[in-house]
Amino acid sequence: MNLTLKVWRQKNATDHGRIETYEARSIPAEASFLEMLDIVNERLIEGGGEPIHFDHDCREGICGMCSLTINGVPHSKERGITTCQVHMRKFRDGDTIWIEPFRARAFPVVRDLVVDRTAFDRIVAAGGFISVRTGSAQDANALPVPKDDADASFAAAACIGCGACVAACKNASAMLFVGAKAAHLNLLPQGKPEQDKRVLAMVRQMDAEGFGGCTNQYECEAVCPKEISADVIAKLNRDYTAAAVKEAVC
Amino acid sequence: MASNGSPLHSAVPSGPLADKWTKHKNESKLINPANKRKYSVIVVGSGLAGGSAAATLSELGYQVKCFCYQDSPRRAHSIAAQGGINAAKNYQNDGDSVYRLFYDTIKGGDFRAREANVYRLAEVSANIIDQCVAQGVPFAREYGGLLDNRSFGGAQVSRTFYAAGQTGQQLLIGCYQALSKEIARGGVKMYSRTEMLDLVLVDGHAKGIIVRDLVTGEISRHAADCVILATGGYGNVFYLSTNAMGCNVMAAFRAHKRGAYFANPCYTQIHPTCIPVSGDYQSKLTLMSESLRNDGRVWAPKKKEDAEAIRTGRKIAADIAEDDRDYFLERKYPSFGNLAPRDVSSRSAKEACDEGRGVAPTGLGVYLDFRDAIQRLGRNTIEARYGNLFQMYEKIAGTDPYTSPMMIYPAVHYTMGGLWVDYNLMSNIPGLHVLGEANFSDHGANRLGASALMQGLADGYFVIPATLPNYLAGQKPGTVKTDDPAFAEAEEAARARIHQLLSVNGKRTVDSFHRELGMLVWDKCGMARNEPGLKEALARIPAIREEFWSNVRVPGEGANLNAELEKAGRVADFIDFAELMCHDALNREESCGGHFREEYQFTEADDDVKSGYTNPGEAKRRDDAFCHVSAWESAGPGNTPILHIEPLAFEAVKLSVRSYK
Repeated sequence: MNLTLKVWRQKNATDHGRIETYEARSIPAEASFLEMLDIVNERLIEGGGEPIHFDHDCREGICGMCSLTINGVPHSKERGITTCQVHMRKFRDGDTIWIEPFRARAFPVVRDLVVDRTAFDRIVAAGGFISVRTGSAQDANALPVPKDDADASFAAAACIGCGACVAACKNASAMLFVGAKAAHLNLLPQGKPEQDKRVLAMVRQMDAEGFGGCTNQYECEAVCPKEISADVIAKLNRDYTAAAVKEAVC
Repeated sequence: MASNGSPLHSAVPSGPLADKWTKHKNESKLINPANKRKYSVIVVGSGLAGGSAAATLSELGYQVKCFCYQDSPRRAHSIAAQGGINAAKNYQNDGDSVYRLFYDTIKGGDFRAREANVYRLAEVSANIIDQCVAQGVPFAREYGGLLDNRSFGGAQVSRTFYAAGQTGQQLLIGCYQALSKEIARGGVKMYSRTEMLDLVLVDGHAKGIIVRDLVTGEISRHAADCVILATGGYGNVFYLSTNAMGCNVMAAFRAHKRGAYFANPCYTQIHPTCIPVSGDYQSKLTLMSESLRNDGRVWAPKKKEDAEAIRTGRKIAADIAEDDRDYFLERKYPSFGNLAPRDVSSRSAKEACDEGRGVAPTGLGVYLDFRDAIQRLGRNTIEARYGNLFQMYEKIAGTDPYTSPMMIYPAVHYTMGGLWVDYNLMSNIPGLHVLGEANFSDHGANRLGASALMQGLADGYFVIPATLPNYLAGQKPGTVKTDDPAFAEAEEAARARIHQLLSVNGKRTVDSFHRELGMLVWDKCGMARNEPGLKEALARIPAIREEFWSNVRVPGEGANLNAELEKAGRVADFIDFAELMCHDALNREESCGGHFREEYQFTEADDDVKSGYTNPGEAKRRDDAFCHVSAWESAGPGNTPILHIEPLAFEAVKLSVRSYK
């Protein structure tokens, strides 16, 4: 198939950036979207140009590294997949495709479609963990966890930290990401002792990183490749409020 | 095969197998808490092995620097492991024990692993599960709230813990969270988007690394009291593999060039259940978890005509009558059936396709069929067990596995070989320690399913924290600084190499060389190898190298994010590494595990075949000549590497012909 690509090119963080047009000819329909970019890049290099930079690694939808928008939608308009899981058979011959980086103040562009998402790492470092020293754990079956709690925790833990939720949100809010991490840990008995400290620290770090507030548009849920429910945001708000009240009265 | 180098000392403690680790811990050196904080440790890699080591060493008080090429330590390729992690908990009361996990692993490795290491791995496996649960890893649970288990290949007990089809992700996130906690506390300084370019040796000891900041291109020196490599395997030498695109052998190979021995590089694991290749644009292959073989049945048509009809679209799987289907794993290995180990299952699939019974359009594919399981258990149960895997398959292949069987074919997945390490996980270079897939020690010639996660976490959480003081206690902390001439020399060499890559300015892309190399090694050093093929590969690799260095095109500059430059450095090392791999495969004149030399297989003339113990065509070991680890020393570019041998002594198990019949 033949396609026209409109791609965001930006040399580095200080460059202004612009959309450039590329013709992608004879692309196999079985190729993945990123393989299509590989083909375009090989031709660019052979023609003396510089390839389009994009983040990618596992190419099976689990590492969370790939991060671009296709026709304005983070990853893809198809539900529950990452960019690397998009296949060209979903497009039509002759289509024009707009490819841009995830846009958010807290995710500065590094080059072309590559953005810096280390803000997420700093949010997790603020409290997204259970403090347990290696070697100090009791037998794994000593603490039964009701299956429903374990399943709900797992569903939240499925977050791959890709940042699509932020890119989709008009406020560039990171509430789905933070809510998922908080729910994963707060739903488990192991995570209870640090729950209050965790939500306060993570939310404050989120604000410090420049992410916006949540106004309940649920764009995040719609684009999340792991289909994490926006319910985790409601839970985060509850947990945060409770923790903030306790903090205020203590 | 006689070695031409000096023998190796594995530092395995004396005494009965079951007591060795305890005895070793009791006799190992200790460093008191006040002194630990004076020592610095470099950890390269942030997957299960590197991440768990960095977090745990920081908890103990060491100053840790951790490096990864990804934008976050959470993205290391351990994340992609699907099926599970083994542990000898015996929660199922099905007769499991440390000994059985040990025995299955050593037999699964075709008796080519170091007995004491494997026993230790089985011994600490139970602690790993405890640790992960305490961290909040959401393993699958039963309705009573206790942990659930499933079965995996090469075992007759259910000892695999799992979190749906994303066990690796959940374990890595547990590890990443522990690492994040230490980063926040200041114990670990994390360098993401940073790649190791060279190892620095001072007076023969590993004391630092040279790295490149992948965003700014800045090259910098880092000194420490010891270096730990946890940089994964070399599967991407084949170009197409289930590895992430960035997985590479550079760190391990740079260390090899600085003197570290590379052990058993010919041991590569070809995983039986991957989505078949569909075209030459393909960038990677996707694994479908081995756990699918718990309920899926592997088959190919008995008749070539049926296979031909399927390939050309005249028939579909459902048109093939039950009697015309060959469930070849169940037929050949009745006691293990579809859960035969990976090497054995892969070769069986290849055999069926080589006979013209493949069903994929390319002829290279067999069925993995859930029809019977769906009839027996219902669609909902199958969906609960494998829903995300079925969805993944549907996205890539475009067909629905609930209604028509999956097509699968073997693909490169894991590499058992790696840098040689002793019982302390220290290489032959003092101070250089190697963990996880990057070392060679625990899986012999074939790794069993759900054992990679186990090894990575065993090494990082439990082994290295106990063994590192054996080296560090003999070192005065902080003596080496980055102004040592050895750093200047290594930095200069790294800069020169980057300059060289950028200045060739030839006509071919890096990927075109990688594809050419990959096809050659897949063809000659893949699922089956033979002497003429390996010799041909060894003759052709130097030509690829020569053309690479004279005709590669690396656009852009060094002082910027430059993906082509990163790839070029990695492919340059893969070319040299491929040569080493083929040397090892040629030298090992036997078949064992993932290393199948066509000259060495069972035939109708063998007693074990006549007695019905094994099948013709199975791998035939030569314990008299090859019951050893082959550790290769670099002899410089273009020269045949020097072989060092570590004999494998088995005290607790009796070597036997590996049969899964």
